[in-house]
Amino acid sequence: MSMNISLTVNGVVRSHNVEPRLLLVHYLRDILRLTGTHVGCDTSSCGACNIILNGKATKSCTLLAVQADNGEITTIEGLAKDGELHPLQEAFKECHGLQCGFCTPGMILTSVDLLQKNPNPSEMEIREALEGNFCRCTGYHNIVKAVQYGAAKMSAGNEIKLPGSENKKEAVV
Amino acid sequence: MSTTNGYIGKSVKRVEDKRFITGHGQYVDDIILPQQTYAIFVRSHYAHAKILDVDTSIARTMPGVIAIYTGADVAHLNGVPCGWQVNFKNGDTMKEPKHPLLVADKARHVGDAIAVVIAESIEEATEAAQAVQVEYDELPCMVNAYKATQPGAPLVHDDVPNNICFDWALGNPIEEVNEALAASAHITTLEFVNQRLVPNAIEPRSYNSSYNPYTEKYTLYTSSQNPHLIRLLMCAFVLGLPEHKVRVVSPDVGGGFGSKIFHYTEEALLTWCSSKIGRPVKWTAERSESFVLDAHGRDHITKAEMGFDADGKITALRVKTFANLGAYLSTFGSCTPTYLHGTLMQGLYTTPKINVDVTGVFTHTTAVDAYRGAGRPEATYILERLISLAALEMNIDPADLRFKNFIPPFDGVDQPGYQTQVALQYDSGNYEGVLKIGLEKLGYSDVRQKQKEASKNGKLLGIGISTYIEACGIAPSAVVGSLGARAGLYELGHVRVQPTGKVSVFTGAHSHGQGHETTFAQVVADKLGISMDDVQLEHGDSDTAAFGMGTYGSRSLAVGGTAIMKSIDKIVEKGKKIAAHTLEASADDIDFASGKFTVRGTDKSVSFGDVALTAYVPHVYPKDLEPGLDFSSFYDPANFTYPFGCHIAVVEVDKETGKVSLKRFISVDDVGNIINPMIVDGQIHGGVVQGIGQALYEGAEYDEHGQLTNASYMNYCMPRADDVPMIETATQITPCPHNPLGVKGAGEAGTIGSTPAVVNAVIDALWSGGHKVKDIRMPLTSERVWTAMQL
Repeated sequence: MSMNISLTVNGVVRSHNVEPRLLLVHYLRDILRLTGTHVGCDTSSCGACNIILNGKATKSCTLLAVQADNGEITTIEGLAKDGELHPLQEAFKECHGLQCGFCTPGMILTSVDLLQKNPNPSEMEIREALEGNFCRCTGYHNIVKAVQYGAAKMSAGNEIKLPGSENKKEAVV
Repeated sequence: MSTTNGYIGKSVKRVEDKRFITGHGQYVDDIILPQQTYAIFVRSHYAHAKILDVDTSIARTMPGVIAIYTGADVAHLNGVPCGWQVNFKNGDTMKEPKHPLLVADKARHVGDAIAVVIAESIEEATEAAQAVQVEYDELPCMVNAYKATQPGAPLVHDDVPNNICFDWALGNPIEEVNEALAASAHITTLEFVNQRLVPNAIEPRSYNSSYNPYTEKYTLYTSSQNPHLIRLLMCAFVLGLPEHKVRVVSPDVGGGFGSKIFHYTEEALLTWCSSKIGRPVKWTAERSESFVLDAHGRDHITKAEMGFDADGKITALRVKTFANLGAYLSTFGSCTPTYLHGTLMQGLYTTPKINVDVTGVFTHTTAVDAYRGAGRPEATYILERLISLAALEMNIDPADLRFKNFIPPFDGVDQPGYQTQVALQYDSGNYEGVLKIGLEKLGYSDVRQKQKEASKNGKLLGIGISTYIEACGIAPSAVVGSLGARAGLYELGHVRVQPTGKVSVFTGAHSHGQGHETTFAQVVADKLGISMDDVQLEHGDSDTAAFGMGTYGSRSLAVGGTAIMKSIDKIVEKGKKIAAHTLEASADDIDFASGKFTVRGTDKSVSFGDVALTAYVPHVYPKDLEPGLDFSSFYDPANFTYPFGCHIAVVEVDKETGKVSLKRFISVDDVGNIINPMIVDGQIHGGVVQGIGQALYEGAEYDEHGQLTNASYMNYCMPRADDVPMIETATQITPCPHNPLGVKGAGEAGTIGSTPAVVNAVIDALWSGGHKVKDIRMPLTSERVWTAMQL
């Protein structure tokens, strides 16, 4: 038995008959062939599959494709507009916020969500917002800096302010 | 080091990033081939069980099923090999039981593969796999390496008595070490477990193997750190395939950390299956499979003793370790706890007598092999825990005790390398230098003062110091060969100058996060004096680079980069001949700098691009010189490289709950010359946090039935963004004297130094509050720290 779904993905209306058990992440990867959305765990714990669904960062392995019926989705492939990188995409490159690149789409989209809600987050707010996204490569240091960089760039228009010094010391109690 | 156009030493932004930040990286699981089929495995739920019957009759009738194979079908094939032979102390060779592609007789760990189902879709393969009926007779199992050696322990392999794969020792004769220890004024002893870790590269292993019956060629896409080595092992040792008809490709790979070095059974099995059905077969591990299949790291049970004279000079070190190898020997399972571990027991100290003794043990668990650092973190943990504990016991400052025992600085050029008691000869070092930088960056005396104030206010603050050295850039082939390696360990660097002067570079090293496409291009563009835009690095494909040994052991730049440098030298030498002909001069009078060939002492010159064009359009050309500008070189290093450094952690321990808060982390690393500081910093950050993970969060937990009880991201705790502070990094540069770039390697440094720094900090905090505990078992959970404080 299959069900028809219709949804907007990266600005394009898509309609397919899908198995009700099909996870949204597999719909995106296997049917739409948008392979920038990754699968890193089986337990909704790593955030590599994060997309923006109806304006909110969402783990696409946690939903069935049929639950996204009539929804609006942005995947990493749809974030750049007219060939212009999103400021956070640029920020991740600028700050070396990625190494192997596997967690990166989810990290960027989660950060987009954060900055929509909180355009000027503190370091701790960034860290807390990203705690559902796992990265084994970077130690998070440059990811946090990338989000700070992206936030500064987005709030200051084109003016880029680098928050914090290269090696910020934290106060010792 | 010298640069011609500013690329070397500059934090150039990574050229590979564009595809990753836009979602256009290509990992193996992203690949779907025409006529694709999918494999799902039937795996043992038991750690140790006789397989009485495997009934596939129902499964074979299910929709979409193409083929099902069991252990009996592949019994004639070899198993996956081990790449390093380690001998018993008495000279006997290690025990090397077969690691079959599918087991037929017995399952020896949870996850051991019993059957593979191939179907038109993953769903159909999954449903059919669930319909395969396996009848087991469950047997008692062993998960602890020491207990597995005791009389009466259940055997993993019937022909391996006491489950002992090898017993091995290195260093000075044990009698001399015993004597030196007995004569010591103070002996510090630690008995501890260096717990088992799960590497957890975020991309699960994935393979897609296809056989084309019409061309008789094979293509294997594999999420591997070393595609050429996989091809060699699979063709020559497992399947007996013609190597020239096999292409192995490792495209983008989502992290490795060692776990994707090894030749896994699935790679060979899927290739064999593809040849049987004549269609491509794909399998991607689920995370729950990754946990029980990808080779784990560490898992040592150790007793270590360090002796000191009355002045605090180290007199001797004695180490006894039981190393858990898991159920089967993984590719480098035997050398990781021996030659990558025992050889580092000199550390940074002048210890005159050292003996390290390692027993490698089979258990009913997942195989254990190299995981970021591979033996060196375990060695560093022993040394750095011992010396910090000795400082507490003898009431000497831990920095002072290290300064007293450091090997004095030597550059390896004017001063010779340092010959250790454990086989290696260090290349160059300034060990006191990194500790001085670290203490200064920390503000050591201020933080010690704060520690005193904190304890007055009922808080526990701890400072943990660790220094480290590692052997990287593996390796001189003759040396590793004499130590039991069954492969050479060199690298290939192929530089192809195109007729337009653009440059393609082919390497056998593989980048899975390290940024080779940037760093290697920086080196080539700098040395040829051209734009980085004109250089493209190709890696990860056995059809493009002639051969290669892959990326692990922080070797890529030191070994692979040097191979590329050799090819660049050949290009410049040939370019000089072409330029000399064009400029009507002698080749001996041509200088090459900043992309120009110039007749020495004149302004007559020709550009690199023009020389390239002439090489391919040789109308006016030296007689007897071949056309083309394309050189390939192999480089086999003269020695290992020896990066070193100092890590310092500052922690606060909550007296009420035992919770450890990491307040600061300082990492001072000397990795030799640096091509791209941004990338090196990134490697350090990630390594440090992985090491912090071992100290505070991570650990594989087996129950007595051999079940890995925390085999998911829900309950195997790893550092998250809100668990760690910013990492404060600094560098010292002591160039490697034996490679032209002067580089040593930076991939593992962070992981090696950080774990003991954090544990030392917690122990230091507890001693400052009067809790004189010697050890707390890692990971240092709140419960374990709180319990330790109740003593």
